[in-house]
Amino acid sequence: MSPVNETQNRISYPNLLLKTLSLFILLNMLFAWIQPLPALGKLSVYNNLIPGRIRLPYSDVPQRSYNLSLYNLEAMFASHEVSAVPHNNEFRVMLIGDSSTWGFLLEPNETLAAYINSRNLILPDGRVVKAYNLGYPVMSLVKDLLILSYAMEYQPDMIIWLFTLESFPYDKQLFAPLLQNNAVKVRALDSSYDLDIDPYDSALNDQGFLDRTIIGERRVLADIVRLQLYGIMWAATGIDQFIPANYTERQVDLSSELSFHNLQPPQLNRNDLAIDALQAGVSMSGEIPILFINEPIFISWGVNSDIRYNFYYPRWVYDDYRELLASIAQEYGWSYHDYWDSVPAEEFTNTAIHLTPAGSAQLADLISRDIQGLISGLP
Amino acid sequence: MTLQHILYFTVFTIVISRLSHGLFRHYLLLTGSLFAVFWLQPASSIRNLDFWLPVVSIGMVVIIWILTQPKNPDRKHKLRLEILIISGVVTFIGATRYFGNLCCLTATRPPPIIQIIIVLTILGCFGLLLQHFSQIQKSLLWLAGILIIVIFILLKYDIYALHLSQFLRNWMGQDPSLATTSDLPWLGYSYLAFRLLHTIRDAQGKKLPDYSLGEFTTYALFFPALTAGPIDRSERFIRDYRSPSQETNRNTWIGLQRVLVGLLKKFVLADSLALFALNSQNANQVGAPIWMWIVLYTYSLRLYLDFSGYTDIALGLGAIVGINLPENFNAPYFRTNLTAFWNSWHITLANWFRAYLFNPLTRFLRGGNFKLPVWPIVLVGQITTMTLIGLWHGITWNFFIWGLWHALGLFVHNRWTEWRRRRIINIEIHPWKQKYISFFSWLITFHYVTLGWVWFALPGTDISGRVFSTLFGLGS
Repeated sequence: MSPVNETQNRISYPNLLLKTLSLFILLNMLFAWIQPLPALGKLSVYNNLIPGRIRLPYSDVPQRSYNLSLYNLEAMFASHEVSAVPHNNEFRVMLIGDSSTWGFLLEPNETLAAYINSRNLILPDGRVVKAYNLGYPVMSLVKDLLILSYAMEYQPDMIIWLFTLESFPYDKQLFAPLLQNNAVKVRALDSSYDLDIDPYDSALNDQGFLDRTIIGERRVLADIVRLQLYGIMWAATGIDQFIPANYTERQVDLSSELSFHNLQPPQLNRNDLAIDALQAGVSMSGEIPILFINEPIFISWGVNSDIRYNFYYPRWVYDDYRELLASIAQEYGWSYHDYWDSVPAEEFTNTAIHLTPAGSAQLADLISRDIQGLISGLP
Repeated sequence: MTLQHILYFTVFTIVISRLSHGLFRHYLLLTGSLFAVFWLQPASSIRNLDFWLPVVSIGMVVIIWILTQPKNPDRKHKLRLEILIISGVVTFIGATRYFGNLCCLTATRPPPIIQIIIVLTILGCFGLLLQHFSQIQKSLLWLAGILIIVIFILLKYDIYALHLSQFLRNWMGQDPSLATTSDLPWLGYSYLAFRLLHTIRDAQGKKLPDYSLGEFTTYALFFPALTAGPIDRSERFIRDYRSPSQETNRNTWIGLQRVLVGLLKKFVLADSLALFALNSQNANQVGAPIWMWIVLYTYSLRLYLDFSGYTDIALGLGAIVGINLPENFNAPYFRTNLTAFWNSWHITLANWFRAYLFNPLTRFLRGGNFKLPVWPIVLVGQITTMTLIGLWHGITWNFFIWGLWHALGLFVHNRWTEWRRRRIINIEIHPWKQKYISFFSWLITFHYVTLGWVWFALPGTDISGRVFSTLFGLGS
């Protein structure tokens, strides 16, 4: 009998199985105890082997867009160009907002940030304005705040926070899976800035010990790996979004519905909106200038357009919102610009906030002017 | 096969290896394989087709067995039992239609039981009729072989597949305008066809051993090898099947290791590489040569890991029940010439074509009144064999060109080897020089094979042309 056969014959299969199982359980427990996902998320091929993405990862059709939605914020930021080593002469402007800022139905070079960069804004000290697209296609100010909390780690020189009324209602704040799957971080924000959200909201996914094991976190781990793999196609093609040739255009004929979320006319109150999230953003940014922008909306001319501006907003609530926000900005001394009607109706695509490339360029011109105004006032 | 299928099959094979011996094992393997044909069959948009396609597979197996095996009164009792099991499984799966929430093992609801009974009765009568006319079995064997190839062409040629789909939709009272070429996802037909054709040819050559209907059905529809091979030979399979290795623990361990390796290759590595491997979508999007090379290399690796992963799983499952299915791969990408590559890539398919096409064809061309020199015989043999291997994957220009690509490669290698053999037979080559030559031989072989995948991976010659242009920096 050969030595190999002798060795094989000496193997005790139940023992082997027991050892394998024990090792597997031990590894899982160790994983749950150490919780290495944030550290693992930071390990990235982006900005190392391949260029960083120019917007945060998000997609419903990963195989067509070479992109995917995941909930590990460390991995999301590690894949973004904002994580690359900054240039010395860079003035880092970070754009935070919803799908409009992210650039839904827009190529990477047609987003707001891309157009701002194409304007080649230069500070008196020679630094070049570099806008980073940190928009994420979810309408929630707490989501924006969460993104901002991460953005602060990447040495911003200026923050531009774009929003629309749909991001303000309290019932929208914890609606996004990104928030629901980052419950610990959301609670940390709440405790730091005393947000008006329920930290024990049932929407927030609390992880038990088993959920933190390798088995429990298998989806997150797989997503991190897939994000790296899709990076190769991103680098090879420059595609990070599947843009269909045809899509349903934004609604022109509207319903006669007057309510907005659970709010009824005649008046919108300050307490109805998550203004506290904006205040938290100002506190979080500290000395770094922050510019709030009410983003453009589509103003319809169709049926019931005398009652509503568009699919999202009855006129009464949107008018009140604009008035309220302007007065709050004035009260707190915030830099705030209201560009609600500054893009013509034909420059909106599939929703009342998504812009065409031309619309995006027009908004970029306005914001570039604001950036110049702000930086001229900097010390 | 999905992970769920593999898990259940693993448990089933372990149960068989532990609990059953002799006849009981035989019936369990037969029943398991029959259930698997229905379970693995993908859904079709044509009503009940995912039930009828497995029934036709089973029917073809039974008919080929009747045509290839002589009447043997000694196995009459066993035959009755096996027919009972086969028809019982089909009827049972059909009856799951009435099981309420427990329905169904098939992808969609099976047809009404009365239809199944009628079809089984017709098949039974047909079988009896075939046995009765045993004097014309030789002609019937030819006819069966041609029918198998005709069905193959119908399925693999898009235009015919579309017509067939329209016909079936009409027959089932569905809208024929909705027909597509993907309406006929006949599980494992390519592999089944090869097993049946080999059986027919061996029966014609009187080389078939004696085996029962149950044994033959298990061979033809053996569940681990149903979806992706390997293409075993019946006499080899039956030998293992009748006297499986008795080292149950060792078999289980070796089999499980092989299944695990297969899972890793297929579901971890190949599926990950698939995210950036060459396909018809990214072939049009990648612009830089370096990235095109990367997606092409990835495709090359992914294809090997995917296919050999499935083979590992099949071999592992077979090993657990003591059946050693033949190897299909032997480090093909490390080969230093194309002939060696084809001796280690999809080995059972290459062997099948070698045994049933290339060898008979070249024998035919060498003999008779042709008096041809060697090179045209080799060229004709290689072109016929390799283009047919290409067309086996699908009847398209791209698969044809892929076959031709390899045929020409093999021919050139054959002539080169012959040329070198005559000229440098006594020249001693220094070991380091030999290593150098081996490395370049490998480099050329690997790239020839990899560039060949451009034809294989893509649906049309125009898109393949675009990829070649990009690879060599000729694109606009």
